[in-house]
Amino acid sequence: MTNKKHFWNEYQKDIADDNYYYERSCIRQSFFPGSETTFLRILRDELGKTIIDDQNQHTCTGIGYHSDVVQFDTTMTVCARLFSLMSDKGLKNFVPSCVTSFGVFAEVFETWNHFPEELEKTRNYLRKATGREFKVPENIAHPSDIIYKNRKELKAKMKYQLVNRHTGKPLRVVEHIGCHYGKIFSKHAVGGAEFPQVLAGMIEEWGGEVIDYPERRHCCGFGFRQYLVMANRGYSVANTQKKFESMSPYKPDFVLTNCPGCTMFMDRWQYTIAEMEGKTYDENGMGIPVLTYEELAGLLLGYNPWDLGFQVHQVQVEPLLDKIGIEYDPSDKFVGKSGKFLGEPEKPENLIVDYGK
Amino acid sequence: MKNWGFKISQPRILDFDTADLESYSRLVEKVPSAHRCLMCGACTATCSANVHTEFNFRNTHLMFRRGQFDGLADELDKCMLCGKCKLVCPRGVNTRAIIYNMRIVLSDMNYKSIEL
Repeated sequence: MTNKKHFWNEYQKDIADDNYYYERSCIRQSFFPGSETTFLRILRDELGKTIIDDQNQHTCTGIGYHSDVVQFDTTMTVCARLFSLMSDKGLKNFVPSCVTSFGVFAEVFETWNHFPEELEKTRNYLRKATGREFKVPENIAHPSDIIYKNRKELKAKMKYQLVNRHTGKPLRVVEHIGCHYGKIFSKHAVGGAEFPQVLAGMIEEWGGEVIDYPERRHCCGFGFRQYLVMANRGYSVANTQKKFESMSPYKPDFVLTNCPGCTMFMDRWQYTIAEMEGKTYDENGMGIPVLTYEELAGLLLGYNPWDLGFQVHQVQVEPLLDKIGIEYDPSDKFVGKSGKFLGEPEKPENLIVDYGK
Repeated sequence: MKNWGFKISQPRILDFDTADLESYSRLVEKVPSAHRCLMCGACTATCSANVHTEFNFRNTHLMFRRGQFDGLADELDKCMLCGKCKLVCPRGVNTRAIIYNMRIVLSDMNYKSIEL
């Protein structure tokens, strides 16, 4: 039928092919320090793309904005300064590492689109504050969009697949997409808010099986207002608990995320729940590993797991590495770049941490 | 145990996969008209016990139906079984029998209740 509408086309987004300006996350380099460097390595070394990692970049104000300590006018002006840095480099494609930043930029774009006077106001604010000018980016893509776009090319270079080497079956994976990626302004997400495909596409292309479970689209438990005030953290961990209670009957091998907060809280709250209530959500008491998409891509491409930063994960990833058949040296785990042994972290009381020596 | 400074907040949602709905089925076997209740609250509006206490038949019936039994036996003890609620019910529900049988079911489940 010629008039038949292809609805799936409405859920696609334009993802720039090359020449990116990378904006780093405020928190990822502390929580999952290998992810951003791995993304840059994949783009430059594996895909041959140009991506600028600018040393002058700064916050997008996301944490302050969502905590109600930064006004939106200030947020727009700070974002505009980032765009002016990008304009200085002669680039037009903006790539924010963080999903919160991605949501903030989407909100700024939508505001300027619907209220052009706000754009002019922001230009004046930036001019008065810094003397700088900027161009609105032509394309904004999250790094997970770019990995998704190039998932087939990457697969051709991968040494490993998401297959359990003991059983020969696909690994069962929970994909968790940050709320600010597609739930606020869905047109900026691959698959929109209804059918987000960005992580599921990677998992299926690389040999895994995506688990559909009841609380699949539930919040990870971050939420700035729930976490930043200690007295409110019970709400945060309760959300994470709800998700893990829902997914654990499906026996996932690991969780894949594209947001700094989701990765952090789904990983670390497993430790908190284990210490508070003595409960873990896997069969052997070690918890369910939580990976970023960069870590997963790097792992399958054959990068050294300790270069990817798996040492700082709370839930240990060695059982997953063994399932995939990835070779690694356990004695290198806590050896720093200088070659010196850095010491082992303190072990939890309930969550089993086996350093595999 | 480490002092975290916070506890895991317990959700207030009702999970029908895990809630005890069987007890309500037992009640309906005894009082079939319970199915007809539409929770209008006419029973509570006319309740003599409600004048002197916070006893609320509509609420206790709803809690029982959902399998939320904590504190319910104490609430039911406030009813005097006068039966005025039964007279005003627009759906002809045997409210008095519902209360009487809720007490029996709760008693079987070892929830505290008056001796029957």
